[in-house]
Amino acid sequence: MIAQNIGFWTIAIVMIVAALRVVTTNNVVHAALWLVVVLAGAAAQYILLAAEFVAITQVLVYIGAVMVLFLFGTMLTRARIGSESDLNNTYKKLGVPVAGLMFAAMVVALSSSFGKEKIPDSPKVISTQEVSDQIFGQYLLPFWALSFVLLAAVVGAIVLARKD
Amino acid sequence: MFVNQFLFLAAVLFCIGVYGVVARKNAVLMLMSIEIILNSVNINLLTFALRNGSTDGHVFALYIIAVAAAEVGVGLGLVLLVYRNKKTISVDDLSEMRG
Repeated sequence: MIAQNIGFWTIAIVMIVAALRVVTTNNVVHAALWLVVVLAGAAAQYILLAAEFVAITQVLVYIGAVMVLFLFGTMLTRARIGSESDLNNTYKKLGVPVAGLMFAAMVVALSSSFGKEKIPDSPKVISTQEVSDQIFGQYLLPFWALSFVLLAAVVGAIVLARKD
Repeated sequence: MFVNQFLFLAAVLFCIGVYGVVARKNAVLMLMSIEIILNSVNINLLTFALRNGSTDGHVFALYIIAVAAAEVGVGLGLVLLVYRNKKTISVDDLSEMRG
């Protein structure tokens, strides 16, 4: 338990610092690379939460595919590498109270609902087999819908980005 | 480990993502902030899956990852289209709907 806690807090602090850098840095490429740190930290948290299949999917899909898309998007929309000044809104200070209020509301709700509740010491670990049984059993219909969403997204992205 | 430590981490990441969506005007950076928000939701789902010993959280976390991939694909397609037509991806300049 102590090792897990040390791991959790180390990864959590790294994730929060990296997420803050994503939303504050003045360099789009740096933001993409800090986002890699956040996503990898999230994958590590999934492993701490005994969800190894989701963690592997996170690494494959997010760090593998989504980051390549982001870097391509960055390079195709601007050739400039380096920091630039006009990435933020003029009213960006408004974001602080918005995010702060939401966080305050969540702190109140979470601490009143879950207070000191602990994750059981030997929780029931979900195996990948059970997850796949659920996906192809009870949740088959959402899975089909999701397949169509992905197909539509691929076709739509090609249609949008194609030069006519 | 407390349930709340994971939930608070997710809450902090969610709020950072919300700040990013509000404060950024570069469309690619807004998409990145949305990715942070989706990841924080995934942490919540998996926390409750472990707490309740339930499989549903894992299934929906996987579905969220798939939807996020589709969203980034379409979003970046839109951004490329906007850039080709406007030569900028600053969302402040996309104000043609305003009278």
